[in-house]
Amino acid sequence: MTRRNLLLLAVVLLVACALPFLVSNYRTFQLTLVLVYAIALLGLNILTGYSGQISLGHGAFYALGAYVTAILMDKAGVPYWATVPAAGAVCLVAGFLFGLPALRLEGLYLALATFALGVAMPQLLKYHHLEKWTGGVQGIVIPKPDAPFGLPLNPDRWLYYFTLVIAVLMFVLAWNLLRGRVGRALVAIRDQHIAAEAMGINNALYKSLAFGVSAMYTGVAGALSAIAVQFVAPDSFNIFVSIVLLIGIVVGGLASISGALYGALFVQFIPNIADDISTAAPWAIFGIFMIGFVYLMPTGVAGAVRLLLAKRRSAP
Amino acid sequence: MALLEVKGLHAAYGQTRVLHGLDFVLEQGSITALLGANGAGKTTTLRSLCAMVKTQGEVSFDGRRIERMATEDIVRLGVAHVPDGRGTFLNLSTEENLRLGGYVRRDKKTVESDLERMFGYFPRLRERRRQQAGTLSGGEQQMLAVSRALMLAPKLMLLDEPSFGLAPLLVRELFGILRAINQREHVSMLLVEQNAAMALDLADHAYLIETGRVVLQGSSNDLKSNDSVRRSYLGY
Amino acid sequence: MEAFLHQVLAGLATGGIYASLALALVMIYQATHLVNFAQGEMAMVSTYIAWSLINAGMPYWPAFLLTVGISFVMGVVIERVVIRPVENAPVLGVVTVFIALLVILNSVTGWIYTYTIKSFPSPFPKEMALGRYMSPHELGAIGITLVVLLALYVFFRFTPLGLAMRAAAQNPVSSRLVGIRVGWMLALGWGLAAAVGAVAGMMVAPIVYLDPNMMGGILLYAFAAALVGGIDSPMGAVIGGFTVGVLENVLGAFVIGNELKLSVALVLIIGVLLFKPSGFFGKVHVTRV
Repeated sequence: MTRRNLLLLAVVLLVACALPFLVSNYRTFQLTLVLVYAIALLGLNILTGYSGQISLGHGAFYALGAYVTAILMDKAGVPYWATVPAAGAVCLVAGFLFGLPALRLEGLYLALATFALGVAMPQLLKYHHLEKWTGGVQGIVIPKPDAPFGLPLNPDRWLYYFTLVIAVLMFVLAWNLLRGRVGRALVAIRDQHIAAEAMGINNALYKSLAFGVSAMYTGVAGALSAIAVQFVAPDSFNIFVSIVLLIGIVVGGLASISGALYGALFVQFIPNIADDISTAAPWAIFGIFMIGFVYLMPTGVAGAVRLLLAKRRSAP
Repeated sequence: MALLEVKGLHAAYGQTRVLHGLDFVLEQGSITALLGANGAGKTTTLRSLCAMVKTQGEVSFDGRRIERMATEDIVRLGVAHVPDGRGTFLNLSTEENLRLGGYVRRDKKTVESDLERMFGYFPRLRERRRQQAGTLSGGEQQMLAVSRALMLAPKLMLLDEPSFGLAPLLVRELFGILRAINQREHVSMLLVEQNAAMALDLADHAYLIETGRVVLQGSSNDLKSNDSVRRSYLGY
Repeated sequence: MEAFLHQVLAGLATGGIYASLALALVMIYQATHLVNFAQGEMAMVSTYIAWSLINAGMPYWPAFLLTVGISFVMGVVIERVVIRPVENAPVLGVVTVFIALLVILNSVTGWIYTYTIKSFPSPFPKEMALGRYMSPHELGAIGITLVVLLALYVFFRFTPLGLAMRAAAQNPVSSRLVGIRVGWMLALGWGLAAAVGAVAGMMVAPIVYLDPNMMGGILLYAFAAALVGGIDSPMGAVIGGFTVGVLENVLGAFVIGNELKLSVALVLIIGVLLFKPSGFFGKVHVTRV
């Protein structure tokens, strides 16, 4: 990474650390959710942007991660910070397993199958035989964690830093994965899958891995969201969660790590702004933005930024 | 009067340029052949006339400039194209294919009698009228393709390699019918053929195309007696 | 035994609705190779339009017919304005536009009509002889569905325009060579699909009540039906629809309980995609390298 980019990154991180002391508690909570979405979007981007597989059902993994956290905390008394890797592990396995049969589906058909998963998820969560674990329709309430070691931070700020650390870890992990062999293999599979196979890349393995890893990211995000929101219930995890994630990567930009952050900011703050106009407006605005981006800015904000920077660099 | 006039036609598939300034003329009522080896640009020429390829240059049909028009509008002016590969609607029946040929015509009664006429020219199609077109033999599909084009009651027919994959006897039969249609119904024809000998027997005029340009033109008799044509394309 | 029969018959009624919606999906798929994720929301919007007309005092059947007409126009407009620009875009772009359409239709309807559940009238009498096995509305719904399916069949098989639409869907290049305006054929296809969806919506609304989210689950069943039958086979869609309807009811009542009925659709979809992707009546596709 160039020195210039490293410097930029350092500045961004510095600002990120300073923010909770500059804004209200509620804003801090919202920024925590931005980080959560960023992690989830990174996950979906690994699958859709790099590996070229469309998922309209990632909300299901988000829900799975959230419920793992909630159940472990509520029923097994596991401390909140330990549930996050647990959620990640469960979703890694679940995603990989789902990815195995999904291998045989391309483009539209995979979109269809994952769409079905996303629509059916709330009903699966409400299933009464699972009620003693999931809490049924009412869901599960979880307590907000306090800062450890008696640090002088209120819960909102602590949660923000906790999420920030995990986010940075996840971003670094993704960056390493995608810049190296794995990333190149995924792009090769995405762009010319028959040629990739002929070159010796094990398509099946990489594609299922992509599913697993992307599910893991989304599951970690779900876990963190459960801790932040302090509540999980089946109806919060309907198809619209999956759609929000889709919006995030379309707006933020595919095959881009920075895109996850742009998308997360968009998805978290547009509803606020739109709410002032009308209560139904956020979704209509999302829809219009989605169409607008597909027509006008198919590479998303990240792509547009890249283009702008390239133009400035090449201009005399 | 020239029914079709082409001036400076350039055509390309993406970055690959195929036609480099083609000029030719087709007289009303004539059968004109475009000859040349594989890859010379003959099929591309026919496709360019129907706006199936990106082109530059001037194309006039029946006095109108058509190079900017869409395929379906050019067809509606009376240009019927029997394409490379026949373009049969494989999942529809023989009769449905023929009816589609007459789709744009307003005179419905004449369309019905034309349908009968096609069956008259090609009795085998009548036998197979309800059969799925994809199950017809190569020769039958060729007859179907020609008939479908005729159902348009066109002024001009574009034929892309009508002899392709057909036994010589069948080709002779088909070309005989084409000659009859040209004389009886005054349908002009532009014929693209690799089989230069048969094409020159059918056509009145011919153009020889090499790498996207016209290199020789004349009446078919002239070309038949031309030495280099004889050696390169007629095999003797 | 009686209970079983009742479930089967009720299943046929909802099956007819799935069959109609599945047919709309297949019509669009055949012409464009695209899955219309917004088909359910379009049907929902049509049903709300009907509701408004009826609420304003229009008698049922005129409102029904007017709604079908308006929906036809809506389908044509959506194809020309929203879908046409992205017809050849990469898959993700197309899917995103469809989802965006779904989202916009859903939220705007919710904004105009609010999310309170409304009741939607049934044009069929309340009581009937067969009362033990089927409600009059269920029987009527099957009847209307069959009429619509028959009308579509006659249209596509015996009219020149229907022939032209079939040709345009199968072979756009050759269709242009016979003078067919392929773009408009696509738009017409969308119009018909929207009209069929409107009928489905109006038939199902008396059963599930009218609310902006009513078509979500139903769309899923329609997807399952279309896939089971073969996504490019209209007949398959119809048979698939009735099959899924009966399966849903019978499994829901006797095997897995009503709560997990949507999972039946999910399992069917994934199962078919994995084991018989061309469905039972569709064509198998081979990809060229």
